[in-house]
Amino acid sequence: MRQLQAMFFRNRWLFSRRIIQLLIIAAFTVELPAGGYLAQGNLSSSVWFGIGLTDPYIWLQSLLAGAPLGKAALFGVAIVAVFYLLLGGRIYCSWVCPINLVTDLSYWVRQKLNIKSNFTLSKNIRVTILMLSLLLSLLSGTLAWEAINPITLFQRELMWGSVAGATVLASIFLFDVLVTRRGWCGHVCPVGAFYSELGREGRLRVKATQVGACGGCAKCIKVCPEPHVLAPVIAKKATFVTSGDCTRCGACLDQCSTGALAMRLSFKKQGKFKGIPVVGGH
Amino acid sequence: MADKTSAAAEVAEPERRKVFRKIFRQLGVATVVTMFGKAVLDSRPARAASVLRPPGALPEPEFNAACIRCGLCVEACPYDILHLARWSDPAPTGTPYFVAREDPCRMCTDIPCARACPTGALSPLVTDIKKADMGVAVLVGHETCLNYKGLTCSICVRVCPIIGEAISLKPIKNERGVLQIPTVDSNKCTGCGTCEKHCVLAEAAIRVLPRELGLGVEGAQSVGRW
Repeated sequence: MRQLQAMFFRNRWLFSRRIIQLLIIAAFTVELPAGGYLAQGNLSSSVWFGIGLTDPYIWLQSLLAGAPLGKAALFGVAIVAVFYLLLGGRIYCSWVCPINLVTDLSYWVRQKLNIKSNFTLSKNIRVTILMLSLLLSLLSGTLAWEAINPITLFQRELMWGSVAGATVLASIFLFDVLVTRRGWCGHVCPVGAFYSELGREGRLRVKATQVGACGGCAKCIKVCPEPHVLAPVIAKKATFVTSGDCTRCGACLDQCSTGALAMRLSFKKQGKFKGIPVVGGH
Repeated sequence: MADKTSAAAEVAEPERRKVFRKIFRQLGVATVVTMFGKAVLDSRPARAASVLRPPGALPEPEFNAACIRCGLCVEACPYDILHLARWSDPAPTGTPYFVAREDPCRMCTDIPCARACPTGALSPLVTDIKKADMGVAVLVGHETCLNYKGLTCSICVRVCPIIGEAISLKPIKNERGVLQIPTVDSNKCTGCGTCEKHCVLAEAAIRVLPRELGLGVEGAQSVGRW
């Protein structure tokens, strides 16, 4: 029993994330006993309890493609944008996006099969793809990224499965297993790049807590899907993870057994760095 | 190696050259990828004639820009006739459509699909379903239509939700005698597709087509004008 409890504790962030992700998928796909669904639509625009939510990135593409501002959608865009702006953009990636389930599975398979080969991709590719998708929306008058966006494709596949759609999802899975570590979410996907820019100043952050608590085991860095965001904290050059790329997945917190890291809401202005906690030798 | 160093020596500001090289390389990549992306997007299947948009849909290019592929209209449809286009479907990925021959629009008077649209891709200005323009029914099979063969099948006339107005029987005389021909009033027809659905032939002789395909467009030449 203890062991089970400890296991849950060691994976508390992971389990919380999985529960939220599955609940969101279920809200769209599992019919309520009274008929209908908890949430209507899909992740590009949905209605929850009568409140419309709209993805700002897809809305932006639509705007550039030449569509007038949809008033109803505009309100939904504002709600979503403010939420991620305040807390941190890539919360979307690790807590909401269903593709995270696919790519996390890839990562798990990669670890299990001990695949070390890694085709190095620049993290800037996704920013380039983001810019291109906006430019192409402007040029072609259609929603460029929506022609391939696997997020809504995933949801459509759950409703009306198709061979073509399943192949796209399978190719993302295999890309992450065989080609590049954390390839899709960490390097390619422009949705992540968009939310990263949007939530650059997000206030929910991973914090280095106690003086001298870090044992220097580096497990957090190993498990982090965006390891560069932790680097300044580990190198004791910052107390908070401030990069917009941090997905707030909490994998580092699950790994950290010393309590040196914590997730904190900090509304304080990012003050000057005053030096960190010296760490005990190892 | 020697050549390289001498070439580098000639450059006054090698750092500057490096930066420019990088910028031009990136510009080059961006240009090529943009052109390729544009070509791919343009070659994605346009909407096929058999694919109809829900009532109130903006004209196709504007619809394609305004629709955010959310599927709220699909869920709002009480008869489940709408689908979001999958990758392999003959319409831009993720956009809503229905196929009249499979399941026609039931023309709900409150137009729940258009009400559900958050962006106005299905225009909120369409409040009367009888003013909707999903297409127009055209009797394309003059050789296969049973009424043209002298029978009085007339199923298309009888199932029409705007009965007696959108399609009616008009007598014409030919060598077989007087034929009762189902005739569409293009001003009244909303393109719901009920006639196409119920046509008794293996492939419908009457079908809903986008208006410009079904009716043609008046010409610019003097002969085509009056």
